[in-house]
Amino acid sequence: MASTLLDKVWDVHTVRTLPSGQTQLLIGLHLIHEVTSPQAFQALHELKLPVRMPGRTFATLDHIIPTTAQQRPFADEVAEEMAVHMIRNAQGSGVTLFGLDSGRQGIVHVIGPELGLTQPGMTIACGDSHTATHGAVGAIAFGIGTSQVRDVLATQCLAMAKPKLRQVRVDGALSKGVYAKDVILAIIRTLGVNGGVGYAYEYAGAVVDRMTMEERLTLCNMSIEGGARSGYVNPDQTTFDYLRGRQYAPQGAAFDRAVTWWKGMASDASASYDDVKRLDGNAIPPMVTWGINPGQSVGVGERIPSPESAPEPERPTYREGLAHMGFTAGQSIAGAKIDVVFIGSCTNSRISDLRVAAAVAKGNRVAKGVRAIVVPGSQLVAKEAEAEGLHEVFREAGFEWRNAGCSMCLGMNDDKLKGREMSASTSNRNFIGRQGSPTGRTLLMSPAMAVAAALNGAVTDVREMLK
Amino acid sequence: MSDSTRRQVAGRGIPVPGNDIDTDRIIPARFLKTVTNEGLGLHAFEDARKHDPEHPFNQKAYEGAAVLVGGMNFGCGSSREHAPESLKQWGIKAIVAGSFAEIFFGNCTMLGIPCLSISQDDVLWLQRAVGRDPKQAVTVDVERQEVRVGDRVIPARIADGARNQLVSGAWNATGVLLDAGTAIEATAGRLPYVKGF
Repeated sequence: MASTLLDKVWDVHTVRTLPSGQTQLLIGLHLIHEVTSPQAFQALHELKLPVRMPGRTFATLDHIIPTTAQQRPFADEVAEEMAVHMIRNAQGSGVTLFGLDSGRQGIVHVIGPELGLTQPGMTIACGDSHTATHGAVGAIAFGIGTSQVRDVLATQCLAMAKPKLRQVRVDGALSKGVYAKDVILAIIRTLGVNGGVGYAYEYAGAVVDRMTMEERLTLCNMSIEGGARSGYVNPDQTTFDYLRGRQYAPQGAAFDRAVTWWKGMASDASASYDDVKRLDGNAIPPMVTWGINPGQSVGVGERIPSPESAPEPERPTYREGLAHMGFTAGQSIAGAKIDVVFIGSCTNSRISDLRVAAAVAKGNRVAKGVRAIVVPGSQLVAKEAEAEGLHEVFREAGFEWRNAGCSMCLGMNDDKLKGREMSASTSNRNFIGRQGSPTGRTLLMSPAMAVAAALNGAVTDVREMLK
Repeated sequence: MSDSTRRQVAGRGIPVPGNDIDTDRIIPARFLKTVTNEGLGLHAFEDARKHDPEHPFNQKAYEGAAVLVGGMNFGCGSSREHAPESLKQWGIKAIVAGSFAEIFFGNCTMLGIPCLSISQDDVLWLQRAVGRDPKQAVTVDVERQEVRVGDRVIPARIADGARNQLVSGAWNATGVLLDAGTAIEATAGRLPYVKGF
């Protein structure tokens, strides 16, 4: 019988059916960081349990580390304490940690694929909701809470109910100036921020087939913003070409044997889905959020919708969004004034994102009064960008070039909005308070659009600059 | 263990109006700068409370409430278990809402907090009923999948797996997962990427 990648991955990782009816699912790759793991290690300690398979867990430091001065001890004492716990917990349990001196540290969802840890056909869990990112290579990857981090450390397993599967097809072709970020924002706008609850998303169609691996990582990254805990793309030649030669990928003849297995894990052509949704890639413009959740977005040429245009139950959130952002229904999103620009996060901090951003920035200047920072996703991304001279392009244009980390995506270090500042951000969430100021405001967009906003001090259609 | 079973939870209600209440709203990221769960309950809805003096978590009438009544997509966003942990420490023992974000739902279950979904109309009715009389008991019946207030019985839903875990008291999954014993290593050993391609 024809089956999907979800079916196949689920089957080979099933240990048993639990009394509750859930599956005891083996987790092939477990990624941890300093914010959601210390309490899990503490629980393990209290239960007197060891880490069951330390070779299948990898750690990094990303959420709290400063992106400016990184000498230890950190100036922020709590950040230092969290780093100390992560280092001690990794050392004490035999887990590999990609620390600041490793040359491989970075955002957990950037380094997994980059190091070849993330592979097709795996189950992957991490105490972070953007774990779906790893689905881009054809894995079933999902975010978990700290109690589940404890369970994976102790048993390498989770108690899980198998999700339903929706295929999200994006057909046609994208226009110039439209990127993977715009595609996922369009998907979330169309299907809703809770449209994916109970589902995993399989992204398919001509647009997805043509995407590079890094574009697919951006696409899968924001699955959770549409309510789907996992999202994936079937592995294909793009996937195999991306993985070949990476540090933790199989090497030599083993790589070819792996490709055979990986191909077999892809969804069969005649597989059926619980649901199929279609978007026309040709119709997707550069997208910008105007509100307080990632579904509240418009094309850059559109006007901000009125609450009355929304279904009745959504109207209060529309009103709250307009009030928080200081926008009026009917106003054009283009021209909205920007104070801060953040290029980074697990959504858009990879080398291809920085190349696109630098190409728009090159030879231009950040508008007066705008604070703009570029935060590479990992030390390896930073190294590659510096080898290409991108850091100089950014600096000459008036951007700050920082060290790798989560930074202003969630403002757990010093990188925060102040007061009601308006940010053009390549990150994934525009929730109230998300970027570190309770009254701060966030407009989500692609790296090219964020640079355009930085140069003009206002939301601008980047397509006009690419002509 | 009988004291871990969650067949039904009863207590006073507290309404949290609005849809898409995200976990950044429930607990802002700056309070995640800790290596323990100590004191998280003090920061539940901290910024929302500062912004709005009328926020339910500021109102004396709702002090001591145990059943939170939320809207659609409650708990969306970040996977931070600090969010349900802060609600739990504040005193919340069950959540009834229009719908739940999945990771939040799972995290609550892992903490023994039942999350039951009811219709949007029933959410509005229940939030009003609780607002009119904050002292009345709201009973969240996990086993029968219903919410009872006075003589009103509201049909509710919870995923079978979570319901079984809560009703049996096996919501802390570590023990039951460990029971699989060497079947765990056997499953891992069959995976080509574990044994080597």
